[in-house]
Amino acid sequence: MSLDRLKTQFSSLDPRLYQIASLSTLLLYGLLWLHFDVSPVQIIVTIGTAILTQYAGARFYNLPSFDPKSPLISALSLCLLLRTDHLAVAALAAFIAIGSKFVIRWRDKHLFNPTNFALVIMLAGGLGWISPGQWGQVAWFGFLIACLGSLVVTRAARADVTLAFLTFYVGLLFARALWLGDPLTIPLHQIESGALLIFSFFMISDPKTTPDSRAGRIVFALMVALAALYVQFGFFRPNGPLWGLIACAALVPLLDYVLPGSRYDWSKPSTGRSLDSVVNPVFAPLSLSPHQQRRF
Amino acid sequence: MRRLLIPTFTFLIGLFIWNSDASAFCGFYVGKADTKLFNKASEVAIARHDNKTVITMANDFKGDVKEFAMVVPVPTVLEKEQIHIGDPAVLKHLADYSAPRLVEYFDENPCHVMLYERRSMDALKSMPQAASARPERERALGVTVEAQYTVGEYDILILSAKESHGLETWLSENGYKIPNGASAILHSYLKQNMKFFVAKVNLTEQTKLGFTHLRPLQIAFESPKFILPIRLGTVNADGAQELFIYFLTKQGRVETTNYRTVRLPEAQEIPLYVKDKFGDFYRDLFTQQVKRESERGVFMEYAWDMNWCDPCAANPLSAEEMRGLGVFWQDNQTVMPRGKSFMPQPQAQNVFLTRVHVRYDAAHFPEDLMFQETSDRSNFQARYILRHPWTGTDECPAATAYRQQLRERYEREAQTLATLTGWNISEIRKSMDIAALPTNDNKKWYQQLWVN
Repeated sequence: MSLDRLKTQFSSLDPRLYQIASLSTLLLYGLLWLHFDVSPVQIIVTIGTAILTQYAGARFYNLPSFDPKSPLISALSLCLLLRTDHLAVAALAAFIAIGSKFVIRWRDKHLFNPTNFALVIMLAGGLGWISPGQWGQVAWFGFLIACLGSLVVTRAARADVTLAFLTFYVGLLFARALWLGDPLTIPLHQIESGALLIFSFFMISDPKTTPDSRAGRIVFALMVALAALYVQFGFFRPNGPLWGLIACAALVPLLDYVLPGSRYDWSKPSTGRSLDSVVNPVFAPLSLSPHQQRRF
Repeated sequence: MRRLLIPTFTFLIGLFIWNSDASAFCGFYVGKADTKLFNKASEVAIARHDNKTVITMANDFKGDVKEFAMVVPVPTVLEKEQIHIGDPAVLKHLADYSAPRLVEYFDENPCHVMLYERRSMDALKSMPQAASARPERERALGVTVEAQYTVGEYDILILSAKESHGLETWLSENGYKIPNGASAILHSYLKQNMKFFVAKVNLTEQTKLGFTHLRPLQIAFESPKFILPIRLGTVNADGAQELFIYFLTKQGRVETTNYRTVRLPEAQEIPLYVKDKFGDFYRDLFTQQVKRESERGVFMEYAWDMNWCDPCAANPLSAEEMRGLGVFWQDNQTVMPRGKSFMPQPQAQNVFLTRVHVRYDAAHFPEDLMFQETSDRSNFQARYILRHPWTGTDECPAATAYRQQLRERYEREAQTLATLTGWNISEIRKSMDIAALPTNDNKKWYQQLWVN
């Protein structure tokens, strides 16, 4: 099989399948080697609640299809990030995450990234916490490779927002270190967080909650990076990017108005340029709904 | 309506599968690993709630007190009332209460029932180097002495500076030995708007007070920064330093946000002879864990609600002792009349203690330690178990079976000990005298199956 054919085969898969595979692998590694404070029961409860909520939402809003991939990604991200002593909190987080997609909407797009929204609610309510320092170098580096690999292998039509965010965020951390006269081992140490990678590759990259145009997304990435750094070095709070993304979510409708682009469809990944569907006519075998319709 | 039932149901399942693992321990406490086991160890107690922070800093400085000085970056200029001298006995009590412990259980006569007992141990400490401090020269160097106090046996200066070289020169000119390489770090702290808390011993005051040892210094301030600056301490350190941090919080456990916080192995059964060398055991176990985490881990030794302990390596601290350490959020409690009841002295309430132990150097800990308080109130203690075999002479099938499994159990304990400490397995076996135990190797599996 030639490399091109292999590439075509991979790129015809829904990018979310690759994401599910890498998140699951990471979760397994975290459980077995890093002893993450998350029980198998909590994982089952989180995934179960997320998928059932998606199912209930799909039925309630009469969606033509039920697709468990997105809620599964949200649930896996929650399992990797959210820590709590109570299973009910894990279930509530998953319910809020998926529920928010159906309830909090603006012009037929959900406003908040589901995982991000649920995490912020849990943190603000003091119900759970995130342990950003629990990853260690090996897991972080392995996961970074997997995430970057996903951009290459899958049709990451909207990788621009991830790359722009990482460039701004990491760049500014290095700039700060240079200004302070700190050794560069400090910013390198600061980015060594699994939470930052999950955020960059799975949350801010969510095509459903980012601006439709590429210019809009780059402006958005800059705003999030600035807000994140302000939370970190102005308020001295951990989990800067999560708070940054929530704070900037309201800018998305504004950016869509100023810099319009075409709406994203998981089955027809596009960069948001109006000619995308012609330039990149990828066949999507996993798509359950070839017609334009409401998607969550 | 059916559509709404599913999410509701899901949520309820979550509520019902709720698990609680409130397991109580039983047994007798036998010993603890003292903080003094470790060289170059510092102890810091941090009481914090709503950005209000009280830090108690203690060190085991052994040299001439004239040589003693300490420079600590602080987020604000401190008033005299914000500086206090702590009681070393309270800190010692806190260290004993939270120390890694050894417990022992005694096997019961297998011909009757099985029961237990136990014991415990505790752990270690020390503090970083420091320094001490004229108006024209100060102006020329860009150094401002924001405040100057004498508190107890200490002369305290609060310094701010325009630039680090001036600060470094000023400190050197005033008799503080500043290690090479400290300049860059001072520079970084200055840019982050930190002030410097500088303390040295006032010999006259010390003589007047009559103390021969240095008492812990306490500072109280309000800042959103929940950090412990360790960078200055790594500059001239020859080798790694030990730090014990005790967090007293209202909500729950504290953990580092920029390094891995790792629970030490706990509840492991180890050979009986460790009882006499628990200190060595714990020190080697800790070193082994540090290696396992590539020297980048912060280790949790204890996390417990301050109301109780089980087993207790020392009694929980009293409300008064907690106040001494800076716990300001406790309810005002009326002191119970003594002698009238069996009630103990009022205990600290709404206080959760987290004890962490970190071995750090510049290479593996480039950044200061940053923390967060979590809502986790689950208890944890570094606890190791000695299980005494039953030595009775009764004969019954259960006793035969019991004796036969002893050798296996000892072997398991030997392996646990070797894994935990890195000690040589054959030496462990020798110390335990495993070879002298009856073996059942020559029996077939089915002969062991139905013992009679």
